[in-house]
Amino acid sequence: MNKEKVLEARHINKYFTEPVRFHMLKDIDFNVNRGEFVSIMGKSGCGKSTLLYILSTMDTAYEGELDLNGRKLTGLSAEELAYVRNKEIGFVFQFHYLLPEFTVLENVMLPGRKLAVKSRQEVEHDAMEKLKLLEIEQLALKHASRISGGEKQRVAIARALINEPSIIMGDEPTGNLDSRNADIVFSIFRELCTTKNLSMLIVTHDLDFAEKTDRIIEMADGSIINHGHQEPFNYS
Amino acid sequence: MTDLSIIMDITRTHLSSRLKQSVIAALGVTFGIGSYIILVSFMTGLNVMLDGLVLNRTPHIHIYNEITPSEIQPIDRVEDWTETFNVVRSVKPKESIERIHNALPLMTSLRKDERVRGVTSWASARVFYLAGSNQLTGMVNGIEALEEVKLFNFGDYIVEGSPADLVKNNNGILLGAGVAKKLSLGLGDKIQLSTVAGGILPLKIVGIYQSGLADVDNVQSFVNLTTAQQLNGEGSNYITDINVKLFDMEEAPVMARQISKDHDITAKDIQDANAQFETGSQIRNLITYAVSITLLIVAGFGIYNILNMFIYEKMNDIAILKATGFSGGDVRSIFISQALIIGILGGILGLIVGFFVSVLISHTPFETEALPTIKTYPVNFDGAYYIIGMTFALLSTFLAGYLPARKAQYIDPVDIIRGQ
Repeated sequence: MNKEKVLEARHINKYFTEPVRFHMLKDIDFNVNRGEFVSIMGKSGCGKSTLLYILSTMDTAYEGELDLNGRKLTGLSAEELAYVRNKEIGFVFQFHYLLPEFTVLENVMLPGRKLAVKSRQEVEHDAMEKLKLLEIEQLALKHASRISGGEKQRVAIARALINEPSIIMGDEPTGNLDSRNADIVFSIFRELCTTKNLSMLIVTHDLDFAEKTDRIIEMADGSIINHGHQEPFNYS
Repeated sequence: MTDLSIIMDITRTHLSSRLKQSVIAALGVTFGIGSYIILVSFMTGLNVMLDGLVLNRTPHIHIYNEITPSEIQPIDRVEDWTETFNVVRSVKPKESIERIHNALPLMTSLRKDERVRGVTSWASARVFYLAGSNQLTGMVNGIEALEEVKLFNFGDYIVEGSPADLVKNNNGILLGAGVAKKLSLGLGDKIQLSTVAGGILPLKIVGIYQSGLADVDNVQSFVNLTTAQQLNGEGSNYITDINVKLFDMEEAPVMARQISKDHDITAKDIQDANAQFETGSQIRNLITYAVSITLLIVAGFGIYNILNMFIYEKMNDIAILKATGFSGGDVRSIFISQALIIGILGGILGLIVGFFVSVLISHTPFETEALPTIKTYPVNFDGAYYIIGMTFALLSTFLAGYLPARKAQYIDPVDIIRGQ
């Protein structure tokens, strides 16, 4: 399989100035290939979530460079970054974060309708496809506040997939789930990785979860202490 | 460019999910706009009526002969004495005629003036009203009744009978209401007028005149111009007052000065005579707007509060929207459109409520001696106030929504997600 880089972080440094100046991320340098399932592990406060917010373009106050699909993201305007998040990045949070007053279907459709390259009917059709893929199509018309935690997480994954992104980022997506639901979520991610050639970058505390991924990046005190074993580039 | 329909969908869902709060916010606007419409309709209705009371029946220029002592005494005309300080004691006006000199040519020239809407002439005479054994002093004015109706709303002050009856009957009189009451006379009764010169003229009462000012109603009556001239023993050139109505009231002072100079006669303009009425109207308008704007500001604070609270409740939603690719501008549009929808619905409801309460007020009986033709409270239904009201509603809700919406625009999703 051709190993092209999807996400590339070069010498990323991040400082917090409140309450005192603090060097949070120290020279982070790594990349994620297409179709690779990467997990980031580390103790609380080691900076892994901070790194994820930078990689997801939501936090722009950092030094260094960030590329997605070969395009430099560092220095783009807030408007352009919003577009990149909308189109290229799927996000799954620990606390589900669905809009509670909307139905499951509407939640999944939101980023698609924001992107507005397809008509409403097409987006709705796509959203149903994603729900079917995750085997929750029967929930489509339920309100997002009326479904269980495991179901919510699957809806969030469906929402992350709606615009066919190049990478899915997760911030402890199984942190709030029982082991059965965590397994389901993991197998969904694994499936997306292999069948759709999607890249995954998941921050987690869960060692069982991490050990099943392709590569574990270990962080401590704002630095990467172990890059894990990455398959070498195949330039052929 | 973001599809507007998704913004509107989110807006609608947000509003309907807190229907109660949204309705209360909208009712705040309704209250403000409704009060504005009611106040402004009632106040301007009152203004129009009060102005009408004075302005409609007051000629823009009143031309008459005032009896005054000559400014220039004979000694002033002697050249030898111009350098000296002359004192003439006990100066009295010389005997002069009351009628306007060359009134008919003056009227003809006024009618030709393109600034003039119309001209009426009066011939006044001092009389005694005689009925039975009673005598009352008074004043009759000979008028051209139909012209007066057309130019000065004379018909509004005839409480019984009609000006047309006067025109038909040369021996008719429109008797002042006070006179009629004192002499116990009514429509169709006979009355005799005795002139200062001694002549007696029997007349039939064809109408009752009530201006609302007791001093006037106790003295004045109206007859046809020819009847009054006859009463004075004079011909058709006997005219004591000329009343001019202009197209533009503002031109009155300039024109009055010109007439006064050209014809050596007293010409009083309406602004001179009624300056205080303008001031009264202005102050009433000022109060109306001060109260209305206060009400709208209060409503605006209500909306500001509710949206602010709402944005705090919706922090998570805002973070998700931003994380999934909605820009700060989209988020701002969502909250501004919520404020505007509240403003539009509340405003329209306010206009409707304001209109119906105004209709109610305009049907409420309001009878007073002073205003014989007014039966209900005066209300002004000018559409311009409804447009101003709606503009106010949109402006205040936009401002009230803009500040919280701007805050939502700059919310950092990382702060929210981290904060969990």
